[in-house]
Amino acid sequence: MDRLPRWADVALVPLISLLLAAIISALVLLFIGQSPVEAFEVMVDGALGSPYGWGYTLYYTTSFIFTGLAVTVAFHAGLFNIGGEGQAQLGGLGVALVCLSLPWPHWTLALAAATLGAALFGAAWAAVPAYLQAKRGSHIVITTIMFNYIAAALLVYLLVDVLRPQGQMDPATARFPVGAKLPTLDQIPGFNLIFQRPVPANVTLFIALAMAVVVWAILWRTRLGYQIRAFGKSEAAAKYAGINPTRIILVTMILSGALAGMMSINNVMGEAERLLQNSSEGAGFIGIAVALMGRNHPIGVVLAALLFGFLYQGGAELGLWTSIPIEMRIVVQGLVILFTGALDMMVRMFLARIFGLFRSHKLGAA
Amino acid sequence: MFGSIDPALLIASLMVNAVPIMLAATGELVVEKSGVLNLGVEGMMIMGAICGFAVAVVTGNPYLGFIGGALGGAALSAIFAVLTQILQTNQVATGLALTLFGLGLSSLIGQSYVGEKPPATGDVAFGPLAEIPFAGTVLFSHDWMVYVSILMVAAVWWVLRYSRTGLVLRAVGESHEAAHALGYKVTRIRMLAIFFGGALAGLGGAYVSLVRVPQWTDGITAGAGWIALAIVVFASWKPWRVMIGAYLFGGVTVLQLNLQAAGSAIPAEYLSMAPYLITILVLVIISSGRGRASLDAPASLGQNFHASR
Repeated sequence: MDRLPRWADVALVPLISLLLAAIISALVLLFIGQSPVEAFEVMVDGALGSPYGWGYTLYYTTSFIFTGLAVTVAFHAGLFNIGGEGQAQLGGLGVALVCLSLPWPHWTLALAAATLGAALFGAAWAAVPAYLQAKRGSHIVITTIMFNYIAAALLVYLLVDVLRPQGQMDPATARFPVGAKLPTLDQIPGFNLIFQRPVPANVTLFIALAMAVVVWAILWRTRLGYQIRAFGKSEAAAKYAGINPTRIILVTMILSGALAGMMSINNVMGEAERLLQNSSEGAGFIGIAVALMGRNHPIGVVLAALLFGFLYQGGAELGLWTSIPIEMRIVVQGLVILFTGALDMMVRMFLARIFGLFRSHKLGAA
Repeated sequence: MFGSIDPALLIASLMVNAVPIMLAATGELVVEKSGVLNLGVEGMMIMGAICGFAVAVVTGNPYLGFIGGALGGAALSAIFAVLTQILQTNQVATGLALTLFGLGLSSLIGQSYVGEKPPATGDVAFGPLAEIPFAGTVLFSHDWMVYVSILMVAAVWWVLRYSRTGLVLRAVGESHEAAHALGYKVTRIRMLAIFFGGALAGLGGAYVSLVRVPQWTDGITAGAGWIALAIVVFASWKPWRVMIGAYLFGGVTVLQLNLQAAGSAIPAEYLSMAPYLITILVLVIISSGRGRASLDAPASLGQNFHASR
């Protein structure tokens, strides 16, 4: 097959895939008797039309960057981490335990400790399936799915029977102390000029962006990253080169779980300020889509997370302002995964043929 | 602890509870035996649930409803089949996307069916047999889908083990290259297996919305598709073990509800975790021998096939 020019590979293929997903979504909307144009306007206006909308879009983006990076790291070792959901929920538990354990004097200290807690708990939850895969060969896709359900059940138990304060009805922890409150974008000097109303996007956004850089550095600038990628490309070759498969699987999944867990500093500490049931709200699954769409590269992941943040916030606006049900955003997400992740090859083959056509024309002229 | 629970009723209700996951898991078993990993079971189930529900409500006939459910599941699986088998897409990503798509689409379609009541699926009339104490309640007091699900397991077992079709299907799943060299149409066989799996998942979904619940709510299958996937692994790809697995999982759910009602000391959360913990435990035990052979997993599971020669 002809190779595509680099710009086409990086920019054109995802754009065409997105366009196809949008066209099918529009057809679905027409099919249920709604106007695609109106829907698109409401989404753009609600998610990107005002600083307030951006505040929500960036808040979702932050979560998706973490979970997208988590899937990306695992993917480079050839591992499919579907357990982001459970790892994020356990990360939330870590955040809650840290925040409730001390009367934190300043948010910077609380943030550092909570990030560590979230990463540790998420990593621990990912380490078990990793160990089972490495040592026993238990299929990691199945075990991580199971661990999502176990995490959900565990958290229900903890929230109902252990962490719920006396006299409170709903299953949640107590509110975090004031010292653990993270500044939102409207409270940060400089940003408060743009964001004048309270928005949920908070300092965690910068941690997410920093993590994207860290993941890039680990994967492409360290020996470990080289080993992870080599293992993912060919397990047999990696073994022959003296790379220990058990170690790579464990380390990669621990990194992945830590990233997924860190998502919780955004939603649990930055927004809800207490641990609720199902705190991750599907962001773990979205991470898979984000990683697929972002081509498993941190820059791509950040851009894809922004796109999904837009879809999420825009979808919520659709539910609020139009008669289009909020479930439409799940359909759109499914389509985006389908086209950017799964149908990638089809678009690529199609483009390669077109580019090939151009080339043969040039040759014919010369 | 079991003081206030009638064992006959308990067994009877676990049999009903297990039908959806048993059907879906049996279908997925056939799909995986052909070497394809379809993670879209949850999506196909819920499409079956809404299609079956819609057809049953519109026609007023539960039998047509089940057929509609099977077709709905098969239709979604057809997308999966075309994408993975012809366009060579990644099976894991496609399956996940399909689940999301199915969940979203089903709630879009389901908007106008909220609050409707489906026609009742009657019990099979066994006459005096149903009067036998204990055995009557356990064996002869069910709707016909309960028996269909058991027959389906038996049929799949027989076909896989004794028929030429089953042999070819297994050959394709174990080594698509070898099967191709022998002249079998790998892609066609796999696509048919995927349709069959989709239809059974749809049937299971329809059972949830028509009999188990019976009404329409968003996300009605509530993770049953994922449990079905787990059961296939749990059963190490053997049909009768699928049945045992489904009854075990169904049983744990029923027991959990009953224990809660009876005011048991065991927290419900432990019991609701049990099916997943058991799956992992089984995974760990069956994979102790290292290597795929001891797992009984089809050797070509999840690998795409492209006939190059």
